[in-house]
Amino acid sequence: MQILLNGDYVVTADGATVGSLLLQLGISRERVAVELNADIVPKPDYEKQLLSDGDKIEIVHFVGGG
Amino acid sequence: MAETVDKWSIGGREFTSRLMVGTGKYASFEQTARALEISGAEIITVAVRRVNLDRSKESLLDYIDPKKYTLLPNTAGCYTADDAVRTCRLAREAGMSDFVKLEVLGDEKTLFPDNEELLKAAKILVAEGFTVLPYCSDDVIVCKKLEDLGCAAVMPLGAPIGSGLGIRNPYNIRIILENVSIPVIVDAGVGCASDAAIAMELGCAGVLMNTAIAGAQDPIAMAEAMKLAVIAGRLSFRAGRIPRKLYANASSPLDGLIG
Repeated sequence: MQILLNGDYVVTADGATVGSLLLQLGISRERVAVELNADIVPKPDYEKQLLSDGDKIEIVHFVGGG
Repeated sequence: MAETVDKWSIGGREFTSRLMVGTGKYASFEQTARALEISGAEIITVAVRRVNLDRSKESLLDYIDPKKYTLLPNTAGCYTADDAVRTCRLAREAGMSDFVKLEVLGDEKTLFPDNEELLKAAKILVAEGFTVLPYCSDDVIVCKKLEDLGCAAVMPLGAPIGSGLGIRNPYNIRIILENVSIPVIVDAGVGCASDAAIAMELGCAGVLMNTAIAGAQDPIAMAEAMKLAVIAGRLSFRAGRIPRKLYANASSPLDGLIG
């Protein structure tokens, strides 16, 4: 299936969850926030939150800013 | 220095340093970390952006210990209340803290706040339990409205963001100080140490700056200058300055002059 991840289309496995996606990307969950179709996914829900074809995912973190 | 420093608090947290520092525009993460250390800042601002999916890239928090500082995520780059609220929700999830620097900008050229959208966003965020520190115009009416909505502080600009023009309207800051009871923090516009001292001498609770340090020729030296200026300015405010007079008033006694 295809998802829109941080503005780019990427192909991910059927049955993928937010947790498996972060693992696949090598992103540490402690320092990020994930939005699925404009709703925040709470960290405790990462493993059970299944992804569907066409989902829009934003993964953000803190960068330098004023 | 113990008795020369008076602590202050915001959103139920107590702080010693009244200098708040941004983390943008530095030459390197090493320089960012060093400048923060030297500045003595306890509250530092960060921005919320997409993770770079290229794993080789280092991130800010590899260099800055989030346990050592109170991270204050901003909503820089947001031009609507909806975008700002969305960014704050993401920030809370990423940082596990409800402190946010709320900014809703009006246009790209001035980066002045859009006060209408700011008030709208502040209302939503306060209701959702955020500790809201809004960047706003140096306008007492807006500041009073932000206070009434339940913001933890108001952060009027001294001058446009990154302009280094200093405190362009100290009288407006004074009026704000006299009419709100939450901490007033000058945010934006500071260019050099004396600007920071002026903000503190007016009676502000603190000063927030980024470009003045990061953009200086020697950011580490400027970080120290700002630290000292904020301490000196605060102490000067607490000491109580002499009234301004038009004519001289001799310091040496007139009695006992030789004949």
